[in-house]
Amino acid sequence: MSQLGQVIGILRKLNDEYQISTPKKLKLIDAYLVYVLLTGIIQFIYCLLVGTFPFNSFLSGFISTVGCFILAASLRIQLNTTNRSTFNVTPERAFADFVFAHIILHLVVINFIG
Amino acid sequence: MAAQVTTNQSIINDDSGSLTTDSEFQTNVNSKKRLSSSSNILPTSSILSPTGLTSLISFIVLTCAYISGFMSRLFSVIRFESIIHEFDPWFNYRSTAYMTENGFYNFLNWFDELAWYPLGRIVGGTIYPGLMVTSGVIHWFLHMINIPIHIREICVFLAPFFSGLTALATYLLTKELWSRRAGLFAAAFIAIAPGYSSRSVAGSYDNEGIAIFALMFTYFLWIRSVKTGSVFWSCCTALSYFYMVSAWGGYVFIINLIPVHVFILLVLRRYSLRLYVSYSIFYILGLILSMQIPFVGFQPVRTSEHMLAAGVFALLQAYAFIDYLYTKLPRADDLKQLFFGLMIFIGLSVFAVVVILTYAGYIAPWSGRFYSLWDTNYAKIHIPIIASVSEHQPTTWTSFFFDLHLLICLFPVGAWFCIKELNDERVFIVLYAVFASYFAGVMIRLMLTLTPCVCVLAAIALSKTLDYYADTETSDMSTSPVVPSNDNDENENETEKNNRNLYDKAGKPKPIPGRRGPTNTNQDTDDDTSIVSSNIKTVVVICIAMMLMLLAVHCTWVTSNAYSSPSIVLASYNNDGSRYIIDDFREAYYWLRKNTPERARVMSWWDYGYQIAGMGNRTVLVDNNTWNNSHIALVGKAMSSNESEAYKIMTMLDVDYVLVIFGGMIGYSGDDINKFLWMVRIAEGEHPKDIREQDYFTENGEFRVDRSGSPILLNCLMYKLCYYRFGELQTDFRSPPGFDRTRHVEIGNKNFDLQHVEEAYTTEHWIVRIYKVKKLANRLQAKNALRQVQRRKSIYSTSKKTSGQARKQGVILNKPQVKKGTKVLTRKT
Repeated sequence: MSQLGQVIGILRKLNDEYQISTPKKLKLIDAYLVYVLLTGIIQFIYCLLVGTFPFNSFLSGFISTVGCFILAASLRIQLNTTNRSTFNVTPERAFADFVFAHIILHLVVINFIG
Repeated sequence: MAAQVTTNQSIINDDSGSLTTDSEFQTNVNSKKRLSSSSNILPTSSILSPTGLTSLISFIVLTCAYISGFMSRLFSVIRFESIIHEFDPWFNYRSTAYMTENGFYNFLNWFDELAWYPLGRIVGGTIYPGLMVTSGVIHWFLHMINIPIHIREICVFLAPFFSGLTALATYLLTKELWSRRAGLFAAAFIAIAPGYSSRSVAGSYDNEGIAIFALMFTYFLWIRSVKTGSVFWSCCTALSYFYMVSAWGGYVFIINLIPVHVFILLVLRRYSLRLYVSYSIFYILGLILSMQIPFVGFQPVRTSEHMLAAGVFALLQAYAFIDYLYTKLPRADDLKQLFFGLMIFIGLSVFAVVVILTYAGYIAPWSGRFYSLWDTNYAKIHIPIIASVSEHQPTTWTSFFFDLHLLICLFPVGAWFCIKELNDERVFIVLYAVFASYFAGVMIRLMLTLTPCVCVLAAIALSKTLDYYADTETSDMSTSPVVPSNDNDENENETEKNNRNLYDKAGKPKPIPGRRGPTNTNQDTDDDTSIVSSNIKTVVVICIAMMLMLLAVHCTWVTSNAYSSPSIVLASYNNDGSRYIIDDFREAYYWLRKNTPERARVMSWWDYGYQIAGMGNRTVLVDNNTWNNSHIALVGKAMSSNESEAYKIMTMLDVDYVLVIFGGMIGYSGDDINKFLWMVRIAEGEHPKDIREQDYFTENGEFRVDRSGSPILLNCLMYKLCYYRFGELQTDFRSPPGFDRTRHVEIGNKNFDLQHVEEAYTTEHWIVRIYKVKKLANRLQAKNALRQVQRRKSIYSTSKKTSGQARKQGVILNKPQVKKGTKVLTRKT
């Protein structure tokens, strides 16, 4: 029980830390990430329930959610000011790369969805 | 000001990751002074700034590499003509021609009736279309700007064109890994290395020609994206990977090497956010892009070969998430153990999931082609077709040196230098070297994937060596080795050394900015305490230059002699040295094209299927695609059985013509009799009761075609078709008639007749022999010569005995009967 209490304590500490230290922009991206994750989970559960018949459609939709998640996570990483030393990009450039990658991703997804 | 900025830039680009970067920033100021003081040799910086000079020299060297790579592949075009070589390229050429005539969508949906006679072949779904699309695009573009080049010329010259681009990509890769100087060396090496040019000569219109370019370019973009962590470069890597997937089945190498690189970086605790961004984006975009190719289809989520990439992706997500949490926690240090344990747990669980899914059947196990790289005996036992291809045999030691000469000796040195000065990118090239060395040792065809890696590492080794030895402070331009240069590589070497002389003066960290003093004591590198005078350094540089000259000569000689034969046109030399062309293949295929009905079916061994379909334009039964083992086994059984059995199979398969290759008259060793045992083995795999390999050997276990050969061999269809009427031919007055020049024996079964086939055409040197399959004969010979005819009793016959007696022939009425021992009774009439 004490271990459970410890875990809960750690989680609460994490939550507080998170609320304090992340700027609003990054929280917005985090909310978007949670949304995309939920969409992906829903798609996967649907596939498990209904079956994989148009497999390419399922793959296309699922990879679209995973791709959006990854790209948003990358954007968040690049916009985070604590990571300025490892990356050498301005926020505008990060966003432009984000849009470029999304164009490629969605072109392929639409082609594959069949 | 501008000059200073650009000097900065070049320094950053050059010595990436090297330890001397900081001191170079300091010496920047000094470098400016030194540059102006070196103006005694060069004109002032208003005409030639050092960075401008280096760019110019790089451009010249790369252009020379491109041109020399292109030219050294043109031997067969100059000696023979611009023709597509070998076997596989004929199919690629035919499908490219189809695409240019009928458009791209018809090509993707093409169903080929000319191949695999009763079955046909779905071409759109069973090829890698990258090669054809590339040629098609070049063709379309040239025609659009009104340069009408025939598609055959484009196909023939595509591989040399792309080899120059490969040199550029290798330059870029090595520049990322080490420095620009090493990059120039690497470009020069890959341009002429025989390991690569063997598969990309002019006329060899095959996937590897463009695939190696795509491979190097993808690796360059990957290294770039790992170094910068930029989303843009990762997307470019994914797009280049897509091109590679469309080009060659060897893309599996990329999609396994990059995850191994990421995994090893995680193990070496070199995780960084750049790695996370670059691999995640590359994987997810690459995954969905690679599934757009119809041939690849759903394999990336369903087969074991792709599971490593997925597993590492999952592992990396978990690692990144936990790392993020780690940064958020205030007292993180005491949880390090937990973190470490958690990562191992996650890694093992991902592995377990993959294993479980494989056992459950959701994920296909390793396919035969790739499994045989791990277990080398697998193919010989289970899949004889894979084992029979000559390119799949293990590599001999000599072929390493033959294909790579000096580079294979410098290759471990370069690997060692990379390990000594390790950073994220150099882990990659070391891993590439390890895996490529293993694969090259297993299969001779995979020497091709080893060659670029060897070129890069040898360039690194040579560059580091020359960094030290070519940097002779008192040596002006005049003391650099001046040797008469005839070939491009030597030229590049010379200009490169000059480049390096200048360059090292600009960038080398120097405690004392004076340049013109005695140089002995100041020439030390970081830890080197030995003093080597400039004379010895010059001697070393001259020796290295001589070795590089030998390399260039060897590479050109190998490309010219060993790898430039079209193999569809043979050449031999007369006593006076003049060349004699043997053009039998094209002669036979053209005869087929002109003299047979258009829908005739030709049976031959699968090697020649593409050529017959391409040049003869006739339907074939089996071709080089070898996708249907049973069909090939049927053909093999027909070739191995005696004539009557074979005739049954041929009528079942609806064959009109049979084509065999026979080299006995001129001593051509690639003929069907030499391949015959593979036909037997493949047939035995499917029909073990009818065909046994042992039957075709003598009692001692030898394979002989002379009188002591096995009788089953001497009566099989292949033997008869090859040696029909050969017994009458006397090739040389010293040897008996029917002397096989390839096997060097006199054949055992001469002067026989063929029952079910008749000879249709034999080429000038008896290399290709075509037979027509006869229809069933009208009258079959009866089994018994004397027939029993059942007759019904005639209506005129009665059953009376006396009348029967009277009608019996030769009976005398009232003939006196003689009884022995009794008196003759005379009857009174």
